[in-house]
Amino acid sequence: MARKISSKTKSRAPAKSPGGAGIALLVGTRKGAFIIYGDKTRRSWKNPVGMHIGSIVHHMVMDPRDRRTILMTSHTGHLGPTIFQSTDLGKTWKEATKPPAFPKAPEGQTGRSVHHNFWLSPGHPSEPRVWYLGTSPAGLFRSEDDGMTWAEVTGFNNHPKYNPPPREDETPPDGQTLHSIMIDPRDPKHMYIGLSSGASGVLETKNQGRDWAPINKGFSGLEMYGISEESETGPEPHSMRIHPVNPDRLYQQTHMGAYRMDRAEGVWQHIGENLPKEHGIGDFSFPIALHPRDPDTVWLFPLDGAFPLGRITPDGMPAAYITRNGGKTWKRQDKGLPKGNGWFTLKRQAMTTDSRDPVGVYFGTTGGEVWASHDEGASWTRIATSLPEIYSVEVAELAR
Amino acid sequence: MKVYIPTPLRSYTKQSVVDASGATLAEMFADLERHYPGIRFRVINEQDEIREHIKIFIDQTIAENLTALLREGDSVRIVMAISGG
Repeated sequence: MARKISSKTKSRAPAKSPGGAGIALLVGTRKGAFIIYGDKTRRSWKNPVGMHIGSIVHHMVMDPRDRRTILMTSHTGHLGPTIFQSTDLGKTWKEATKPPAFPKAPEGQTGRSVHHNFWLSPGHPSEPRVWYLGTSPAGLFRSEDDGMTWAEVTGFNNHPKYNPPPREDETPPDGQTLHSIMIDPRDPKHMYIGLSSGASGVLETKNQGRDWAPINKGFSGLEMYGISEESETGPEPHSMRIHPVNPDRLYQQTHMGAYRMDRAEGVWQHIGENLPKEHGIGDFSFPIALHPRDPDTVWLFPLDGAFPLGRITPDGMPAAYITRNGGKTWKRQDKGLPKGNGWFTLKRQAMTTDSRDPVGVYFGTTGGEVWASHDEGASWTRIATSLPEIYSVEVAELAR
Repeated sequence: MKVYIPTPLRSYTKQSVVDASGATLAEMFADLERHYPGIRFRVINEQDEIREHIKIFIDQTIAENLTALLREGDSVRIVMAISGG
């Protein structure tokens, strides 16, 4: 039986935002979750509404299929990981009755235990109520009931080659992570995942997770990480996206820069090397954001990737960079952002776009600031400050 | 027996002390789970291990694992480490 913090009748109608503005940002942080409501112009935003304060929330996502169901990952420093669901914009929450968990190992053997739930992806439109989840250590789980119960995708979790038992020292800092679960809008059985672990890279399945194949060709410089050019392994994919209009166009921000793949070619092209040589930037970062309609338009947010690995905006001058031609050329976008002493770090889930025209672009920082652009990055406005360390920013398109 | 519930778990129990039964900690947590669904997994992982930053005291003794025996009249305290930041 689901634990219900308070009860209300569930409706399947899309959620309405206060004032009917129709858009909200869902912000996951190290100390709770927040919803920030915007007005119709996306120029004015209300104060963040906090919930589950104190809990670690890596990801909070609204289902775009019903525009009502929100799932949220949650754990604390002490308590084990779980999933919460809300259908009333966070006023009330139900906890999963069967949270994601690995199977108990046979007597005498060591088994995996989910440390935290990391990445939520709503399923294909033809599979309403289906969600996927990536965990740390790396695991892929599927729910068929709006996140109330979860089952392993055993084709990945038990894969001897691509998901061997984790070692204690495997990166990123919080351990192995499965993220960037991308579902082909043409085919629910065709999916990609990003794997940040000892065997990093992007993996593809064409039969809904039973079999997997790596797609990690085209990288240079892997030798410095002890990876041979012939290896199936790639650099750590910090964040990977497929384009919703052209799902055969893939982008990823990796540990070694920003790349694009046209699936038929099957080779990653290093588009980050085309960034202008200015302001000390390179193409190290964590997030990557796509235009919802134009497969050639992409945003990066360069961070310092050089020693001593600061992962902050070079010279304290944060800027997004946009390409409108698939990464051939890039343009700096820093209007409204600090011209100095702007030491931002963005996590891999902390930058996103909305579906409006012109497209809204949003990011959150580890210093607890949320920035918004209503004009495709041409100008930026800080819409929230003094939040806890931000892990993720997602757009919720509500009923107007 | 009496089970003392730490603050972070009272969203499940709504009270600081609850009654539970069982001859072992495993049985006691099964009983708790029946009455307060979801509470067990927050404290015990899928390998039946007590989570890293949680200790369980049976009277004055720390329990090593879920096989610890319980007797009528024992008190059980679930204790969170003072840690984090």
